[in-house]
Amino acid sequence: MALDRWIALFILMICLIYGYAAFFTMDGALPPFMQRNPVWPSTFPKVLSVLAVLIALTVVLGLEKPPSDDKEPDIDLSRLGDYKLGQAIILLGLMVAYALSLSTAGFIISTSVFLLAGSLTLGERRWHIMVPVTLIAVVGIWYLVQQVLGIFLRPWPFFLGN
Amino acid sequence: MLEGILLGLSTAFTPVNILMVIGGCLIGTFIGMLPGLGPMSIIAIMIPVAISIGDPSAALILLAGVYYGAIFGGSTSSILINAPGVASTVASSFDGYPLARQGKAGKALTVAAIASFSGGTIGAILLMIFAPALASVALLFHSAEYFALMVVGLSAIAAFAGSGQVGKALLMTLLGLIMSTIGEGALFNAPRFTMGIMDLQSGFGFITLAMAMFALPEALFLVLDPKRSNSDTGGQIKDLRITRQEARSIAPVIGRQSIQGFLIGVLPGAGATIASFLGYAVERNIAPKHEQEQFGKGSLKGLAAPESANNAACTGSFVPLLTLGIPGSGTTAILLGALIALNVTPGPRLMIDEPQVFWSVIISMYLGNLVLLILNLPLIPYIAKILAVPRSFLIPFILFFTLMGAYIGQNNSTELLILVGFGVCATVLRFAKYPLPPLLIGFILGQMLEDNFSRSMQLAGGIGFILERPMTMGLLAFAVVLVLLPVYRARVARRRA
Repeated sequence: MALDRWIALFILMICLIYGYAAFFTMDGALPPFMQRNPVWPSTFPKVLSVLAVLIALTVVLGLEKPPSDDKEPDIDLSRLGDYKLGQAIILLGLMVAYALSLSTAGFIISTSVFLLAGSLTLGERRWHIMVPVTLIAVVGIWYLVQQVLGIFLRPWPFFLGN
Repeated sequence: MLEGILLGLSTAFTPVNILMVIGGCLIGTFIGMLPGLGPMSIIAIMIPVAISIGDPSAALILLAGVYYGAIFGGSTSSILINAPGVASTVASSFDGYPLARQGKAGKALTVAAIASFSGGTIGAILLMIFAPALASVALLFHSAEYFALMVVGLSAIAAFAGSGQVGKALLMTLLGLIMSTIGEGALFNAPRFTMGIMDLQSGFGFITLAMAMFALPEALFLVLDPKRSNSDTGGQIKDLRITRQEARSIAPVIGRQSIQGFLIGVLPGAGATIASFLGYAVERNIAPKHEQEQFGKGSLKGLAAPESANNAACTGSFVPLLTLGIPGSGTTAILLGALIALNVTPGPRLMIDEPQVFWSVIISMYLGNLVLLILNLPLIPYIAKILAVPRSFLIPFILFFTLMGAYIGQNNSTELLILVGFGVCATVLRFAKYPLPPLLIGFILGQMLEDNFSRSMQLAGGIGFILERPMTMGLLAFAVVLVLLPVYRARVARRRA
């Protein structure tokens, strides 16, 4: 089975769970005064779940005629090994690390590390450009966001205060 | 009216006010480029500066410049890095980004600038002439008509439902609609499908989803396949020129969408987002078949339509504000606050009691648009050159701006993890050739669709509201025509062949 149909199967499962929640769990807790309304909080989700299950089934079962002009895909999954998969995974890891460290390590340190490590991952080795560009960008953006726009961004690690 | 225009001109064309509009446009453009900072947040930030000026006319001229600048800035990030920071520029990325990828970033930005200028200017002319009359018509729109408008907006997904893709496009739309039901809805005031997770109480953030669906997969594709960015380094990138034929093809689109966008903007609550989707849907569905196929792949019409519509809608949203004192959008609500802080009370008597403020706002709209065009056209080659930055610098910065957009939007680190998770899912969906714009369209329109549908049902006591209100019926019929028209035309063409 092709990847798109596996994905449709996965979405079908999500829709079935969503539909179960809409049909069997939401209405029980409805206050009596709302039960007289023509529309309940579950009405729209019920309609959506039925439609989504039906459409997902058409994709899973491959009922639709495949496109005639099957042009070359963006990324050919059959030769995934030829692409820079390692770099993409490292960058995703860096994004997760950035999300986890932003509030503890502070904006300036976590962003600098993220940008420098990102450039290094992509093969950049010109430190004399990387370091000044990163520092200017990080300090400039922090100044703009926190000082000019007034959106709080902790600059330094939590133990150094705000 | 002539007297008013002259009064507005004399107020707007003082050296201080010209400086205000230039400064406002520049600030708006550059801050607006940051994903997550839309016109609403930038105007909110600029209010203390505007109030400190003291003179209401000068303050409003500054804010109008910021407003138009921010809208153009938002389109820039949509076009160049596929990162729409506000909902009203999502439709601009459908064709703007493919154009940039084809090495036509300069041309795309020029079309966006011209379409925005035209939309804003035509909107200002319509505002000047029809404001009082339109304000009363806008009040005739009830939730039933808004529901029907959302349905018309949803027909934009037809652009992504090509041959063999209808099921996938519909599935993505439904997934977007399902995602919009998660969290505490405005109407029912009770959490739904949150699974007890506090961070889901307010639902998924729009910016997080937009970044995850558009910017992150694109950046990951650039990492996976370095050859993808080769087209961006060509000499065309800075080329602003639009051929005569291209100008001729986009001119009617800009004209139509400026008027349509303005009329939608007049309706309180509809706003620039609906106008841009609707503009895209209408233009795509009325275009000849060979042009229809270009939509979503780099069509100039597909870029000009939402750009002119969203700018005209922004101008249209001033109609209920200035004539009735009703803010029709978040941005105009903030502007209303600024006006009150400046001791100006918008409403039916504004034109009589403080004509210099009323007319200077209108003249500042012309001036804001004109200055924006004059300032930005020479800047476009430099802005477009962002794409020529080596990928080892460009990609980490795109990823960083994606993360920052999500963080600023929700001020919450958990949102960044949700962004990465959704970004990976979106990348897998793209591997399997699922069109992602319908998911975002469904998500954006979903909550408004449900709220208006539920309100109409409650008011009418059932589904009968569709038959009771001719305007609702008309709009729903229009949506059906928009979807069926391309199918009908294709069949006629096939029969002729």
